[in-house]
Amino acid sequence: MNSRLADRIATFIFWTGALLVITVLGAMIVYILYHGGKYISWDFLTKPPQVVRAGGGIGPQIFNSFYLLFLSMVFTVPVGLLGGVYLAEYARNNKLTEAIRLSIETLNSLPSIVVGLFGLLVFVNMTGWGYTLISGALALAVINLPLMVRISEESIRGVPDSLREASLALGANHWQTIYRVVLPSAFPGLISGAIITSGRVFGEAAALLFTAGMSSPALDFSQWNIFHPASPLNPFRPAETLAVHIWKVNTEGLIPDLRRVADGSAAVLILVVLGFNLAARWLGRKIYRQMTAA
Amino acid sequence: MAQVKISVSNLNLHYGDFHALKNVNLEVEENQVTALIGPSGCGKSTFLRTLNRMNDLIEGVKVDGEILLDGQNIYRQEEDVVSLRKRIGMVFQRPNPFPMSVYDNIAYGPRIHGTKNKRKLDEIVEKSLRAAVLWDEVQDRLYKSALGLSGGQQQRVCIARLLAVEPEVLLMDEPTSALDPLATMKIEELIQVLKKDYTIIIVTHNMQQAARVSGVTAFFLNGDLIEYGVTESIFTKPTDKRTEDYITGRFG
Repeated sequence: MNSRLADRIATFIFWTGALLVITVLGAMIVYILYHGGKYISWDFLTKPPQVVRAGGGIGPQIFNSFYLLFLSMVFTVPVGLLGGVYLAEYARNNKLTEAIRLSIETLNSLPSIVVGLFGLLVFVNMTGWGYTLISGALALAVINLPLMVRISEESIRGVPDSLREASLALGANHWQTIYRVVLPSAFPGLISGAIITSGRVFGEAAALLFTAGMSSPALDFSQWNIFHPASPLNPFRPAETLAVHIWKVNTEGLIPDLRRVADGSAAVLILVVLGFNLAARWLGRKIYRQMTAA
Repeated sequence: MAQVKISVSNLNLHYGDFHALKNVNLEVEENQVTALIGPSGCGKSTFLRTLNRMNDLIEGVKVDGEILLDGQNIYRQEEDVVSLRKRIGMVFQRPNPFPMSVYDNIAYGPRIHGTKNKRKLDEIVEKSLRAAVLWDEVQDRLYKSALGLSGGQQQRVCIARLLAVEPEVLLMDEPTSALDPLATMKIEELIQVLKKDYTIIIVTHNMQQAARVSGVTAFFLNGDLIEYGVTESIFTKPTDKRTEDYITGRFG
């Protein structure tokens, strides 16, 4: 009787904990979508923002967010993947490996505003680029790298040793085994990992305030010369992302419809992040099924 | 007496402080099936893995002694482990096909060894699958995942994958221990076919299996090679008391 009661109480506590998490998340999503959802329209999503008048949109900010995400992934994915491969396949149990792990842990727990200020010193001032997309992308890469390394390492470690043995026993060398067997087998995990880190980047603001900047030049979406200052693709232009825009409008906005823009942007942001997470699960599962099932 | 393919002399293997193989001396004949039997932990699988140097991958393993493959020591300094493993292939306890199509599984070895020509690969895949008596069962689903096959079929994919790199010696580490009796029978039949072209060394837990498939049997106990000889005489009139006790089921 006593142990049964204890079991019930434990079960109840775990249930409460799980429910609490879901409730908090659910309440936030409902709140944000309720307040912002009604402002989302085609015009809002495509038009440029206004400085003092009402009726502005968030078109360039959405574009900037996605483009910045893409640029940062160009740095994060290869470096993170290489680090993960090293830690999972090559690293021995020694001081160097310990030092690497400690660095990754520390990097992972840095507040993003600190990374932003570091980015200001290094990627903005030292390089002489000023506020640019590329500086922002590098700062985001610093934030995301630890997570990407860890996810890569875990996915690679998850590949059964029997597959490595099979490959080596056929006369493959270590690199061929990694490249042709281990990485393809780890692929579903790597994809989900990359997408989940994307979601994190998409909502990041603090690290971008002093790196990618808080303003966008007037963009000309018909200008495809990436070196032209008005070209949306120019990586050496300042760019305000959606998350930074929300922060800026809320703190120093002069427009009369400030609430509309802020709430609408927040709703768009949370929908995109939600989309990333769902896409990660869906894609990972789909690839896994394709690889394993008949 | 057939030609000697592999000759092992004074082989010792230490795993940390553990003396796993004690002064093993043994000669493996060409185109013969040699069975390694003995209770769990007796060193038979460890011995098998010294033959293609798979133990190299485990930290803390130290091997000394000589293993001659066609007269050349595979533990000499300049030995190229990669080409050694091409000559001595291995089938594992659990079927371990790659999570790829049947075709890509078989073509894996030839591809890493430099065959790119599509027609040549097609040829190798078909030949290997036929040799593993699997072609009729999978020819319609060559481009589907090998993981969708049954356990027995998967093990034969692994054997076909091995045959595709044209090894000379096949090491089999309890290849049927994860399979049902019917699939086991198929693998045993396959071994009979393969011994015409390959030298086969098979580790088995199952004494009936050793009796059925092998021409020569070696009995291991606690890292010692106790007795070694023609399978029939090992099973009917063993010379060592311990061998007799083991095959009559008194222990192990």
